[in-house]
Amino acid sequence: MSNEKKELAVAALRRGTVIDHIPSSAVFKAVKILGLEDMPHAVTIGCNLASKKLGSKGIIKVSEHIFDKADLDRIALIAPTAVVNIIEDYNVVEKRPVSVPDTITGIVRCTNPKCITNNEPMATKFDVVAREPEIRIRCRYCNHTYTGSDAKIL
Amino acid sequence: MCSKSLVSIEDISKDEILDLLERARYFEQHPNSKILDGKVAATLFFEPSTRTRLSFETAVNRLGGRIIGFSDPGTSSSVKGETLKDTIKMVSNYTDIIIMRHFLEGAARYATEVTDVPIINAGDGANQHPSQTMLDLYSIMKTQGGLENLTITMVGDLKYGRTVHSLLMAMKYFNPRFIFVASKELAMPQEYKDFCRAEGIEYIETEDFSPEVINQSDIIYMTRVQRERFTDPMEYERVKDLYTLHNAMLEGSKPNLRILHPLPRVNEIDRDVDDNPKAYYFDQARNGLFARQAIITRALGINPLEK
Ligand SMILES: [Zn+2]
Repeated sequence: MSNEKKELAVAALRRGTVIDHIPSSAVFKAVKILGLEDMPHAVTIGCNLASKKLGSKGIIKVSEHIFDKADLDRIALIAPTAVVNIIEDYNVVEKRPVSVPDTITGIVRCTNPKCITNNEPMATKFDVVAREPEIRIRCRYCNHTYTGSDAKIL
Repeated sequence: MCSKSLVSIEDISKDEILDLLERARYFEQHPNSKILDGKVAATLFFEPSTRTRLSFETAVNRLGGRIIGFSDPGTSSSVKGETLKDTIKMVSNYTDIIIMRHFLEGAARYATEVTDVPIINAGDGANQHPSQTMLDLYSIMKTQGGLENLTITMVGDLKYGRTVHSLLMAMKYFNPRFIFVASKELAMPQEYKDFCRAEGIEYIETEDFSPEVINQSDIIYMTRVQRERFTDPMEYERVKDLYTLHNAMLEGSKPNLRILHPLPRVNEIDRDVDDNPKAYYFDQARNGLFARQAIITRALGINPLEK
């Protein structure tokens, strides 16, 4: 039984994108940010899998779709440990970590109720102001800052 | 988006700050230069602020420009549900510059993104108020003969007081030394102390508004300590008088010391200080006119110094 499950989780893709080493708690946020609900291709989502590095990890496999780097980097804030594998003909042709872009548009909500972004129909924008020891982002409009872990996803 | 907008003092460089101060100095000598002939300025006050609006409108009038706008949010379109974007786009059709005050933080930044007309932020909630910072810098420069190497003591509400935060950041170019005097509840936030550390700015933090602190200051920047800022009303009662300046406290102070305050004051500066030549807060407010004339002409690309 457990063997069978394990096999299912790592079943090979012919072509597509595998996002590995996602913190389990961030898997469904990542699904939402990447818009996988509307994906016409096969999507496999694994959660609470054993991981040496994270204790527990999640994995997302999307067949037949190669994401742009910019799209994948949108999950970096909530899943900084994630690693992307691009698969062609059953082979990993590219493997890289995700990285938070300098500007994050339309993913994070500013929790300041007096911020213009909560009172106008408009996209939020955050600038990364620090990357060490933890990611810090600042609302382009009201200047409130948040750490990556306390940022609220829209 | 227009690059001559002024939303936050952090957006402009040292050279641009010095250029604005040069302009302000010019306007103090020539307050009635008619260089805005044919220009229309909009003053959009989504939140009332008579003091700031009068200062900006006087600045435009003395330069020979014309003004349209509103000062009563009850009559403005936003209460009828129009978005800020639509209001800014509509007004942009009529004016050369928009001076706006809004109760929402980030409103002015957003306005710059939806129009090519220069936007001047006249205050956006608790966020930014760059013309106040420019008039503070001008007041310091004028009274001290320059901005370099000064000891600036900030007193009162250092936690919520946006004027002290903006002044602190703008002073980074001029090798200042700061003394922060406040109760624990209203102490300077960590991010600004981190800013000082990162910029190599020396600062001292104390709860004690002592003669020792006063006597080494070149500038004392007083702020209002408001009751509603305190979670514990007893704490307010305990500290409110500790951060009140009385004339007798200035006895051993430096001859060049000047007292600043963004006004309006409540009781943090006793009336007996008003007649002391070191009291500068009323002149400081007057400098706001010249600082705003400087900001407006920069935004319109008009340089009075080139004539
Ligand atoms: Zn915000």
